[in-house]
Amino acid sequence: METFLFWVFAIVGVGCGIMVVFHRNPMSSAIYLIVTMLCLAGFYALLAGPFVAVIQVLVYAGAVMVLMLFVIMMLNLREETLRREGSMIAWLVAGLIGLVLVLYVVPLFPRTSAGTPPAAFGTIEDVGSKLFTVYILPFELTSVLLLIAIIGAVTLATRRTL
Amino acid sequence: MFLDFVIVLIKAGVVLFALLSLAGLLTWAERKQSAFMQDRIGPNRANLGNITAFGLLHVMADGIKMIAKEDFIPEGANRALHTLAPAAALFPALVVFAVIPFGDVLVIGGKEIPLQVANLNVGIVYIFAIASLAVYGTMLAGWASNNNYSLMGGLRASSQMISYEVSMGLSILGILMIYQSAQLDVIVREQGQLLWGFLPKWGFFLQPVAFFLFVGAALAENKRVPFDLPEGESEIIGYFVEYSSMKFGMFFLAEFIEIVIVSGLVTTLFFGGWQFPYLQADGFHWPFELGIWHLPHLLVVLLQIATFSVKVLVGCWILLVVRWTLPRFRYDQVMRLGWKMMLPLALANLVVTAVIVLLVT
Amino acid sequence: MIPISHYLTVSAILFTTGAIGVLMRRNALIILMSLELMLNAVNLSFVAYARMFNDVGGHVFVFLSITVAAAEAAVGLAILLTIFRTRETVDVDTLHLLQR
Repeated sequence: METFLFWVFAIVGVGCGIMVVFHRNPMSSAIYLIVTMLCLAGFYALLAGPFVAVIQVLVYAGAVMVLMLFVIMMLNLREETLRREGSMIAWLVAGLIGLVLVLYVVPLFPRTSAGTPPAAFGTIEDVGSKLFTVYILPFELTSVLLLIAIIGAVTLATRRTL
Repeated sequence: MFLDFVIVLIKAGVVLFALLSLAGLLTWAERKQSAFMQDRIGPNRANLGNITAFGLLHVMADGIKMIAKEDFIPEGANRALHTLAPAAALFPALVVFAVIPFGDVLVIGGKEIPLQVANLNVGIVYIFAIASLAVYGTMLAGWASNNNYSLMGGLRASSQMISYEVSMGLSILGILMIYQSAQLDVIVREQGQLLWGFLPKWGFFLQPVAFFLFVGAALAENKRVPFDLPEGESEIIGYFVEYSSMKFGMFFLAEFIEIVIVSGLVTTLFFGGWQFPYLQADGFHWPFELGIWHLPHLLVVLLQIATFSVKVLVGCWILLVVRWTLPRFRYDQVMRLGWKMMLPLALANLVVTAVIVLLVT
Repeated sequence: MIPISHYLTVSAILFTTGAIGVLMRRNALIILMSLELMLNAVNLSFVAYARMFNDVGGHVFVFLSITVAAAEAAVGLAILLTIFRTRETVDVDTLHLLQR
């Protein structure tokens, strides 16, 4: 069952990931990216990380991509203005270099199969207890960063009527 | 192993069947309820050989109409997205009910079957994750119609939905803190305990502010009156004007299923779920030391399921009544309410609850 | 059981695809989306390693990384909107006013 789910998520995820990069229309790229993110949430669930799986769906697929879709709709680019980007040779070379990089890195990965995790691994209680005790400083700094991002985004996006 | 899989499938089938039938009945109940409130009769013409059955056949007539109408895609619209949007709107509505428990453990022949389709560790957060996916249906519907008015309607609807998701999530955190768990079956079981010896520890008694905030935010998330400006049937163009027949039927059905979901969530989190007051696993334990009535196990489980159903039905009925009681908000009023009034209230509720929980334990 | 190297291979492929997207595409929106793809790939490798070493710190890092990525996407899109208002295009090849 886990094997079947892994291959389904892997094929759909990688396929949609490649389609994100190769599509002309940003709207289609956004939809493919949403599907990729949902496949990644499935991966996190397979890797005994239920909390990060739902957080991925909630934040990434549910909020960040909604924001991107909003901006795409607001910019409302017509199909004709999106010209062909880059020549075929450039794409082939880029693809080859990418393939070489992946093939170089893959043999370096550990081949072990992970054993069974401890009982409450990756649950809300587990992640929460680590987040608020050991990693409390990054947590507080991230909250300040979010505040800065809110102020920055609102300031930039407000039309200044001179 | 295989038996467990089959049991989960049966549970999922039962839940989906109940959900869809209830949503279908709600379409009839809404019209009859609004008619009774407005001192008229409501739909009563649909008949099979002159048997009108109080207008219940209108549900079937609606279904037949929606299947039989012409299904068109407007010219210049994105065909794939136009077809995908109703599915993207219906899918989250159907999936949320997987974590809502509708009874305690059922013991048949030595096998324990928890009456909940999936007991996730991250129960409540899963519900919010799926609710945040529900925005895509409206956004894609508005965009894929190649119609400027529907695009504006879609943007309006989705910005309303994402604004109220925040207040919805924050108002539930108080419940999480009080019952010390995010799993919905643990929350419902904890609500069986008694406060001061006689009052069941329901969420409504412990977190009244959160209850009202959650109901308001869930109504806004559901685009239901008084927040139904995105669909605003008689005064403004909504995001599904270019949809006909079954695709519109799917949007319509998704909205009514979400009414059942809101009612189910409110019941589970605030009104004790399947808990009948003073009913434990082996019978009634009356307070003030009045005695114990023992009941057979199957009767207890039946009472629990019946209690859950009655509570959900009462919640749905109240939501239907609210529709014809309150006028509609304007869009800027909706946004102001969500960001400037509900969000600070939810945060204040969270802080007060945290302080009280810290002081009590 | 799936060996951890399979998850890491998927992560490597996604990361490389995202990197190609950032370098080759001219549409700023698609560049931002490829950037998000790269971040997601790295998150996947974090969770895979966390599973291998039974350390929840990987999950905590992914949680914070998702948060930071959300903030960065918001600010990046706000900048994009501001550029679009004055230049009427999102083609990054036309943004060379500071070049000599």
